[in-house]
Amino acid sequence: MARLTPENVELAHRIIARYPRPKSATIPLCHLAQEQDGWLTDEAMVHVAELVGCTPAEVLGTASFYEMFKRHETGRYCLNVCTNISCQLLGGEELLEHAEQVLGVRPGGTTSDGMFTLEDVECIAACTEAPAVQVNYRYFHRLGPDDLDQLITDLRSGALDDVVPHHGTLGRVHQDLDGDRIANITPPEAQTEPVWIRRHRELAESNDGGAS
Amino acid sequence: MSEPPRRIEITEPVTITVDGREVTAQNGEWLIDACERNDAYIPRFCYHPRMEPVGMCRMCLVEVDTGRGPALQPSCMLPVTPGMSVDTTNDKVAKAQDGVLEFLLSNHPLDCPVCDKGGECPLQDQTMAYGPGESRFVEEKRHYEKPIPISETVFLDRERCILCDRCTRFASDVAGDPLIHFIDRGSQTEIATFPDEPFASYFSGNTVQICPVGALTAKPYRFRARPWDLEEVESTCTSCSVGCRVTIQSSRNQLVRYQGVDSDPVNWSWLCDKGRFGHEASNSEDRLREPMRRSEDGALRVAQWSDALGAAAAAIRSVDPSRVAVLGGARLTNESQYAWTKLAKSVIGTDHVDAQLGDGLPAEVVLGLPGASIDDVCAKGGTVLYLGPDPKEELPVLYLRLRHAAVSDSVRIVECSPMRSGLSPYAAASLQYAPGELPALVAALCSGDVPDGGVAGVDADTVRSAAALLDGIDDLSVVVGRANLAETAGVVVDAIDAVRSARPGARYLSALRRGNVRGALEAGMSPGLLPGRTTIATGSATWTEAWGAVPTAAGLDGLGILDAAAEGRLDVLILLGADPLTDAADRSLARRAIAGAGTVISLDSLPSASTLQSDIVLPVAAFGECDGTTTNLEGRVTVLHQKVTPPGTARTDWMIAAELALRLGGDLGVESSQVELWDELVKHSAPHDGLSSAALAAQEDPDGLLLPLDATIELAATTPTNVPPRSADSLRLVVNRTLYDSGSAISHCASSAALVPEASVRLSPADAAAMGLETGTFVTVASSHGSVSVPAVVDPGVPGGAAVVRHNLESVDAGVLVDAADPVCDVRVELR
Amino acid sequence: MIGTTTPAMPTAPGVPAIVSSRFGVADGHTLEGYRSSGSYEGYSALRAVLEMSPSAASEIVKDASLLGRGGAGFPAGIKWGFCPADVWPRYIVVNGDESEPGTYKDRVLMERDPHQLIEGCLIAAYAIGAAQVFLYVRGEMAHAQERIAAALNEAYAAGLVGRNILGTDFSVDIVLHWGAGAYIVGEETALIESLEGNRGMPRLKPPFFPAAKGVYLAPTIVNNVETLSNLPWLFSHSVEEYRSVGTDSSPGTRLIALSGHVENPGIFEVAQGTTTFRELFESELYGNGIRAGHELKMFIPGGASAPWFFPEQVDLPLEGRVVGGAGSMLGSGAVVVMDETTDAVRACLRLVRFFARESCGKCTPCREGTTWEEKILQRILDGHGRPSDLELLLDVADNISPGPYPVASDPANDLDAVPYPPRQTTICPLGPSSVAPITSAIRRFRHEFEDKIVQRDLIPVEGVSVDV
Repeated sequence: MARLTPENVELAHRIIARYPRPKSATIPLCHLAQEQDGWLTDEAMVHVAELVGCTPAEVLGTASFYEMFKRHETGRYCLNVCTNISCQLLGGEELLEHAEQVLGVRPGGTTSDGMFTLEDVECIAACTEAPAVQVNYRYFHRLGPDDLDQLITDLRSGALDDVVPHHGTLGRVHQDLDGDRIANITPPEAQTEPVWIRRHRELAESNDGGAS
Repeated sequence: MSEPPRRIEITEPVTITVDGREVTAQNGEWLIDACERNDAYIPRFCYHPRMEPVGMCRMCLVEVDTGRGPALQPSCMLPVTPGMSVDTTNDKVAKAQDGVLEFLLSNHPLDCPVCDKGGECPLQDQTMAYGPGESRFVEEKRHYEKPIPISETVFLDRERCILCDRCTRFASDVAGDPLIHFIDRGSQTEIATFPDEPFASYFSGNTVQICPVGALTAKPYRFRARPWDLEEVESTCTSCSVGCRVTIQSSRNQLVRYQGVDSDPVNWSWLCDKGRFGHEASNSEDRLREPMRRSEDGALRVAQWSDALGAAAAAIRSVDPSRVAVLGGARLTNESQYAWTKLAKSVIGTDHVDAQLGDGLPAEVVLGLPGASIDDVCAKGGTVLYLGPDPKEELPVLYLRLRHAAVSDSVRIVECSPMRSGLSPYAAASLQYAPGELPALVAALCSGDVPDGGVAGVDADTVRSAAALLDGIDDLSVVVGRANLAETAGVVVDAIDAVRSARPGARYLSALRRGNVRGALEAGMSPGLLPGRTTIATGSATWTEAWGAVPTAAGLDGLGILDAAAEGRLDVLILLGADPLTDAADRSLARRAIAGAGTVISLDSLPSASTLQSDIVLPVAAFGECDGTTTNLEGRVTVLHQKVTPPGTARTDWMIAAELALRLGGDLGVESSQVELWDELVKHSAPHDGLSSAALAAQEDPDGLLLPLDATIELAATTPTNVPPRSADSLRLVVNRTLYDSGSAISHCASSAALVPEASVRLSPADAAAMGLETGTFVTVASSHGSVSVPAVVDPGVPGGAAVVRHNLESVDAGVLVDAADPVCDVRVELR
Repeated sequence: MIGTTTPAMPTAPGVPAIVSSRFGVADGHTLEGYRSSGSYEGYSALRAVLEMSPSAASEIVKDASLLGRGGAGFPAGIKWGFCPADVWPRYIVVNGDESEPGTYKDRVLMERDPHQLIEGCLIAAYAIGAAQVFLYVRGEMAHAQERIAAALNEAYAAGLVGRNILGTDFSVDIVLHWGAGAYIVGEETALIESLEGNRGMPRLKPPFFPAAKGVYLAPTIVNNVETLSNLPWLFSHSVEEYRSVGTDSSPGTRLIALSGHVENPGIFEVAQGTTTFRELFESELYGNGIRAGHELKMFIPGGASAPWFFPEQVDLPLEGRVVGGAGSMLGSGAVVVMDETTDAVRACLRLVRFFARESCGKCTPCREGTTWEEKILQRILDGHGRPSDLELLLDVADNISPGPYPVASDPANDLDAVPYPPRQTTICPLGPSSVAPITSAIRRFRHEFEDKIVQRDLIPVEGVSVDV
């Protein structure tokens, strides 16, 4: 329920600096906010709007378009069961039904202990490994009902804590784009013909000139 | 729909085939416009000729062949190319249109009987013309909570919405207020505001006008009338001087709605909400209906017109003409202004006439500078030096034009303002100067000669980079006005002088706020001035011949009149729609003036602080209640039309002038209509040549006729204003206007009155920190003249050393701080 | 059961592993692993390219006829040439938003061989003259994001990305960007909108062809992950070697995700143009046959958007034009096999539901039409279908994609194929794609729909009674 912490504001500024225009950082910053709070709060959206220089309505417009941004509190684990065609063919829908029974919630619902939010999701690019499931965007392949039970048990017991972070966390390794290796990230209007292109163009022109 | 294609000049004609006919179109224009221009209307919902197309609704699909075989294409996003062949009606097109309408209706509630849009609804009309007879959709429709307020004035019914992106595009692309947005996705998409952040845009009403269904409705019109009950005429909004063209609509002799009309040189069909909902003030219960006279017991009592006029005439007749003054009149029609000028200057014989209250610019500056039209200022690729007030607050649709020029037409704006304005985000450079020091800043900008220590409180680098934008620009457009009412007009005049000497080729647009202030000056409503841009020196011969007599010496201007009244040197003060008690920048001067004047005669349509203090009150017809013409800030003359009758026995201002003239033994020469007054002005005024009532009536477009931009009045040399330095322990006061203030027009307009902001004093973060203040802290702001208590607001848009207070807010009277005799006003801000 | 790995798949004899050579290498994703394993030495191609002129590098890509692997199959070299001359900056956006149902190849490329992709980006950036590269990875692919982030950090540190790459005057930044869950963002103009921080709603082409008006309205090349991953091999070998694989019109290899009812589902790098669907399904190298005891009923040759194929089409080669002429598309290399246990109506509904859920909502026909299609199909499946519903369904579909819709031939009923692509009343192909399963299923399995339509006088429809 909060704006970004000072550490995250600093990170946010570093992320914004990677883009020619600040607004491009909207989605990464919403992820950052969701990583901080577990979901995307109104306060965070207001803060993101300030950081990228637009209105909160614009941030909401963008964020609400994308399924990963949760505008309500979710469980510690989002259990996403794929039911799209490849998984459907190999039992994805039955697996989802099983998950509903085991967890006692419908898709979109969160268990009363706040551990799990169940989702019926579209293709997650694990089609050859059907039926597939993601927990907080970590893959679990070729799951039968018993495997799912075990997965839920392991998540509850903490046995998978190293594999599956809390909801909101995506990459735990981040691109480190600071320092003097950065080539040239400026607004488009400040950009000109790249030097190597100019060098080759001038070379070609002088060759042409010499030939004629 | 009611938005015709933009009028264009065909400069690159190409031949295309539309439904088998060869027609001429402009190369590159949108096909949808080219077809409509050539009598092949293509139905549409999302396309609007004043916004970038998005191709969302798919209603405008037509079959186009550009040589690669026919294909369905959205005509709103397809530029015309030579030889293009279009079929707008064949079976494939008809099926596509029928299909789109069926899709749109599948989730539409069909609650037309209770929908305000019913009868003028593009969805309804196009369904009749192009749609399916019945729906095959048997499923449950989408349901949403029925209309939800998205602002103080606008309601949203998401069930009716067809997601055309018109309102949202308007908010972000035209108004620059992206406070409404699509949220969610696919068939769950809806329009929404951010929670607890309403669509508080000065332009919100435009979204209601352009909504192609009944999804957006405005509180002032909801359930007030059915479209088939409406009568309408075209007119020009006079709530400010931009002069937006409007349709005024009435039902049962009551004004119920104003809609923007697309005038290409002016408003592009847009209106601000203050203008759009202004009819609420006309319909106010408080309207002045009958004349009133102050009786023996001191109370204002209803009187007969003959009594009131007789008393007024008697008061005037009994005193020396030099002890009579006429103040105000900037909101009258051109004809009433001319009538009152003639009455004052010829019949009564006083030159103490001023349409402005010392808060504008001297008439000879407005009329003596080479003019620039709005189109000139906004011309593609141009450069503008903006020295006017915050246009978003004072001249909202001019702001829209400037914003569009900067965002879409590569116009570079160099803005000099006492604090950041609505225009600042779009300016190529925005410089916040110390009050009183604009002339030095402008001189530095024009010369590029910038002292290392900076100028006017702006650092040297900022000034230099802004100066570089102006370097070598000889045809500079300059917008001038009063950004700070606590600063004398002389400062602005000095700044203009600096531009004139550095850029002789510059042209000027005067950004004065009151609706017909330009017309008033053109009619001679200023001391030393006669109609048609003449002075007593240059126009006496002409106007003596026309009128019989004219003043021989210049009289007092607005401030001079208030001073004279305060000092007991005026026996009769006539207020033409003016309300010095709430509108004058120097509030104590106004109080003393009203108290010190002998007889105060007030002509107004609504009660104000000043009418309540007057001795004789004459009710006048308001906008929409009288015919005539008006002149906008460019000098564009357009026709105003009467739609309803005035309340009670209210009369037009010119009728009252004519009647008084007769009672004073004169004759304004008007027998039956205001047209006679206008044609008399046109007959004797060289600049008005060609603008006769007949010529105006013959106009087919809504654009009116522009007075010559080149000045015909000589600009007198001025003495530079001496601005004292600011002492270290004081701040310099900025008083600026806000769109919704406590003036009578807003106070009597229910939907706008709720939007009047709370008073505050805005301070720079540095000054606030030095004083240990934060936003919300109550402080006392004191000048040598008076003091007020207000909460502070820390605002990074305010430069160090300045304190900004809004003009004319009921909660706090900033006017008590100002002394009109001083060039600037210094204040101390202290914790209360 | 737990894991993120897919075993390495060998290629057929004579077919080089152009993009998949490090899939089975444990440290193939590290800089060291990239340099020391696989079918070429990592970053050696970049060194070679930096010796050439940018236009010479572009010519090689053009000569190789490297077809885009994202779905449309447009030649990458020609696409690069669409950037208007002398307009700067230019940007490259790498489309790693893989989400077409059935498709699973870009994720593996990003997780297993991120340096291969980075080197591909650098070669493209050098040739085009890009100011910056944005590597847009699908939001849900956390592991891919981590692998790319780590690889970029290594590459920056090694002087391979950023300022003065390998000591030359070639400088470019590659920024890892990630999405947040929206299939439509795989469409290139929607991807650009998303990268600009907006809702991922496609832009109309024209005027918004990315090569002319892309990110920030600057010229932008959007290339698929697999497309760019081909470049290091190409530039460390030769055009001739590249073109020796596959056919003249479809040279090189493709990664195919073979899923559904086969014995051995998996990701296979196969020669384009020459491999047939039958080989793919039956070869021991690949699918190893339809599930034991079952037979092929239908298959999707190129992801959920592709019209279905049937047993008659199994001998077609995986070649874009051939498959297009036969009424479908190769799309994103996603082949989904369905045996006779598959309920055509249920499969059809699931695919249509996908498009309805993923419609961005911009165009009326797609926004309203896909959800309507879903509702009708759901009604039929639930036993509330009406006899008129099939014609209604087809007509609603026709209002999204007018005219004959691409479909495979049906020799038994003497029906010809309608070639790809479909026509559309929408900005992007998402809405029209929803029609693919409908026309495919109804044309071939009409009886399955009719069996579910209960003949009744009054059909209750969520509170509404409708006369039939």
